[in-house]
Amino acid sequence: MNGRAILAIYRFEMARTLRTIWQSIVSPVISTSLYFVVFGAAIGSRITEIEGIAYGAFIVPGLIMLTLLTQSTMNASFGIYFPRFTGTIYELLSAPVSSFEIACGYVGAAATKSVILGLIILATSWLFVPLQIMHPFWMVAFLVLTAVTFSLLGFIIGIWADGFEQLQIIPLLIITPLTFLGGTFYSTHVLPPLWQKIALFNPVVYLISGFRWSFFEIADVSPAISLGMTLVFLVVCLVTVWWIFRTGYRLKK
Amino acid sequence: MPSIISVKNLSKTYASGFTALKTINLDIERGEIFALLGPNGAGKTTLIGIICGILNASTGTVTVDGHDIIRDYRAARSMIGLVPQELTTDAFESVWDTVSFSRGLFGKPKNPAHIEKVLKALSLWDKKDNKIRTLSGGMKRRVLIAKALSHEPKVLFLDEPTAGVDVELRKDMWQVVRDLRASGVTIILTTHYIEEAEDMADRVGVISKGEIILVEQKAELMRKLGKKQLVLHLQKPLTQIPSDIFGLANLTLGDGGKELTFTYDTQSDRTGVTRLLTDLNRLDIRLRDLETRQSSLEEIFIGLVSENERANAGAQS
Repeated sequence: MNGRAILAIYRFEMARTLRTIWQSIVSPVISTSLYFVVFGAAIGSRITEIEGIAYGAFIVPGLIMLTLLTQSTMNASFGIYFPRFTGTIYELLSAPVSSFEIACGYVGAAATKSVILGLIILATSWLFVPLQIMHPFWMVAFLVLTAVTFSLLGFIIGIWADGFEQLQIIPLLIITPLTFLGGTFYSTHVLPPLWQKIALFNPVVYLISGFRWSFFEIADVSPAISLGMTLVFLVVCLVTVWWIFRTGYRLKK
Repeated sequence: MPSIISVKNLSKTYASGFTALKTINLDIERGEIFALLGPNGAGKTTLIGIICGILNASTGTVTVDGHDIIRDYRAARSMIGLVPQELTTDAFESVWDTVSFSRGLFGKPKNPAHIEKVLKALSLWDKKDNKIRTLSGGMKRRVLIAKALSHEPKVLFLDEPTAGVDVELRKDMWQVVRDLRASGVTIILTTHYIEEAEDMADRVGVISKGEIILVEQKAELMRKLGKKQLVLHLQKPLTQIPSDIFGLANLTLGDGGKELTFTYDTQSDRTGVTRLLTDLNRLDIRLRDLETRQSSLEEIFIGLVSENERANAGAQS
């Protein structure tokens, strides 16, 4: 195991985050705070409680997930796409590092940044709404597992993408809509029965549901199923990354 | 002593069907400077890319100090430093950070003293805190060399390292290469400049259209390629070359009789240039200007390649 290489990639990526702190940290925090102001305070004050939870508090786990999913994906995809774009990928490919180690470095850094962001947003939300976390361990577990899984997905997108437009397509056109439709701002129980069934095909439903359960013990689906689905998605991403490096897909001609 | 790099039956065909390398067999001796020469698109960079792990081979094997580049890639790659042809650098990192990153990537513990030594040898020390994007092209080339040397490689690949760089960098760089060679590092370089191959290489390999057509000691190669031309621009055109002039067989008349070209061997003890100029003076042939020309390596090798192709075609017919 080339631990120094993992650490080198990790530090390199974290340094990039610090260099772009306004874009990386401050901007998502401001955006999320605006969601609180608009949906939590302005509109939320006119909405009754959802399953006994004030609407402002109810949307907190969803908003954290929204940031976690988009930031994990975008950060990891950009991290690996940029060396491909500039050509500096040659150094990674010619170094004595395995695919697993390269993925660890990039995904580890992207997931770290997302978890930090999630925790900052959680702290920020306390300024707007009273919060309780019933299962702190599971809250952290869902946070970390989701950050790692979507950082892996971002890593795959970064390798697949052949331009900056493709780099943005999946986060903007797939992940963001799925997150909005996955119960960020509502419980799927409020949907008509047919749409409740359709919503179960949205993987983000399970992530948000499990995460929300760790806060309030209310969930759209069983927390065990949420955890299982998260792990399934994680394994699918891991296998895809393994295949990419084994075949050299989009990395080696 | 076994060769440090051994390439056996290596071929590369891209998905498009283009064959970049056809059954390459090549051995690089330990501690030598090997110049790999050939025209653009000959397969030099592809061959280097496969050895370094950037490209997949279609067939064949490569070992580095006995380590197979696929099965035992960690041991093989940890011995290699690569300076790519393109100026592919990070933009926003400092020189120190990017060179240190390279060392970490190769699994070596931090060694600020070594990084300092490399940066000083490449005249980069005063730029160590500069962002790479603020550096000139020549400086970026130095950074690439520093990155390749950061992990103390035993084999160094320099792919067109002097393309587009100034004289000062060339001098610095070749001095670094000489020092590395003195410390036992094996160096494989590609270049278009015959002077560099002449100055630096122990052996030279010529690659063309994906085939190694020649591997020879430099001295032998220079004997074959060391032709040079002296071009004399005459004040008054000649209708024909005087028959009693020295070197008649090596003289040609061109540009309507205004240009007399003398081809000579730079490797011989007496080139005949002085004797020719004396004769011109004796024959009262006055000069307007003079220049010397040396065919570029690429031109020379294209000639060699054409010769090779003609020979192959002749053998088949």
